[in-house]
Amino acid sequence: MNTTDAINRNASKGTDDVRGKTIFFFGIVGMLFLGWIIFPFFIYAPVAQPVQFSHSTHAGDNVGLKCVDCHSYDKDGRFLGIPGTSKCAGCHSHTIGVSDEEKKFVDEYILRHKEIRWVVYSSQPENVYFSHATHVKVGKLDCETCHFGHEFTDKLRPARFSRISGYSIDVSGSTLLDIPSTPSTGMRMDDCAGCHNKRGHKESCIDCHK
Amino acid sequence: MTNGNQVKSLTGKKHNFGMVIDVDRCTGCGACMIACAVENNVPPGPVDATDRTGITLMRVYKADNGMDFPDNESVFFPVSCQQCEHHPPCVSVCPQNAVEVDPATGIVGQIPVRCLGCRYCMAACPYHARYFNWWDPVWPEGMERSLNPDVSLRMRGVVEKCNFCFHRLQAAREKAAAEGRDEIKEGEYIPACVESCPTSAMTFGDLLDEGSEVYRLAQSNGSFRILERLGTGPKIYYFSEREWVRNIAEKDPASALKRGATTD
Repeated sequence: MNTTDAINRNASKGTDDVRGKTIFFFGIVGMLFLGWIIFPFFIYAPVAQPVQFSHSTHAGDNVGLKCVDCHSYDKDGRFLGIPGTSKCAGCHSHTIGVSDEEKKFVDEYILRHKEIRWVVYSSQPENVYFSHATHVKVGKLDCETCHFGHEFTDKLRPARFSRISGYSIDVSGSTLLDIPSTPSTGMRMDDCAGCHNKRGHKESCIDCHK
Repeated sequence: MTNGNQVKSLTGKKHNFGMVIDVDRCTGCGACMIACAVENNVPPGPVDATDRTGITLMRVYKADNGMDFPDNESVFFPVSCQQCEHHPPCVSVCPQNAVEVDPATGIVGQIPVRCLGCRYCMAACPYHARYFNWWDPVWPEGMERSLNPDVSLRMRGVVEKCNFCFHRLQAAREKAAAEGRDEIKEGEYIPACVESCPTSAMTFGDLLDEGSEVYRLAQSNGSFRILERLGTGPKIYYFSEREWVRNIAEKDPASALKRGATTD
């Protein structure tokens, strides 16, 4: 009699154990899902680009532009970033393709001599200094080293800005367990420092912070 | 940066930037103070700002020889961060590692965003060359459009100081890089105060370059440094042919200069 009771008790304890562990496991998974997937989804507000642009069309075989054909340097070495519409107008003074976006771009911006207010993915905080010229010309890095995959994109994804800090997700931690969420290297301070350390450049704070 | 720790800068070449100020030529006009404030986005202080609470990264102090009229002589000392090369007091006291000596240039760099505002460095600095932001920056209407984009603004509650216009070095390096040069040329990088000096009393350059003017002046007979006996190795040298001027820096600390008092 006593033995049966004990067996029953042990059996039910075993079931409780399994159930407890299962609940714990799914609890953890649920929290991680919430924290890593759902929470960032809410905390970053997507902002769509005013005009769509296909890098793969422009850099592809048909057109064959190189990065520096549009993204060039000023005469004092400053990187000029996204080109103005006057540069686009060099080819697109009138519609030359078939896409609706191009027609919209030509009609609304080029013909009206208006600049596009691009949403910038990579705007760093104000106190960060970065020089493209130093990295590309002295450091001999290719554009693809940091912007890998950008030339193959067909669409401009919406930029995502933190609702709290206002910074883009591309500069403030979209990486998970040091696995970059995009194929390119990230643009966080750890990413800069990681690459510098790997190449043996030991710098001081003011080299990148102003 | 004498006992070179083995640090590789981008190009491997080391500098030790310094300055020589010929106080015999300084007229005390204050152009360097203005140039510095404009270059570094220092806002005009509120009306109730005092000598102690206003921000003057570069400041001209007056001293005289204490004599009466016919024999009275005065001298002006432009004082900014002295860029100490040997155990800078501000570096060793900072709990935040917000200030450090850049091994490649010898410049003592301060990162205001990292500063927590304890002001320990201000107490430690024998030159009173550090300033605390008691207010958030406010510019008169329209003036904010003339801000320097290369220098970030400092918020209320952090300490700042001169960093030899490091952003100008960055710009010079960037220009050199764009032209395919690894190194900047002499004279491509000078701080705003040196550029603005109407009597050319300030000379700026690399103290490691033995062919440079700044090296020659720093090694010359009349050169001296403020509070040299503390052993912090300031990289701002002063120059005067008058002995009593040299003695001010020897026997009377910067606090006398700070008060603008007669020294003897």
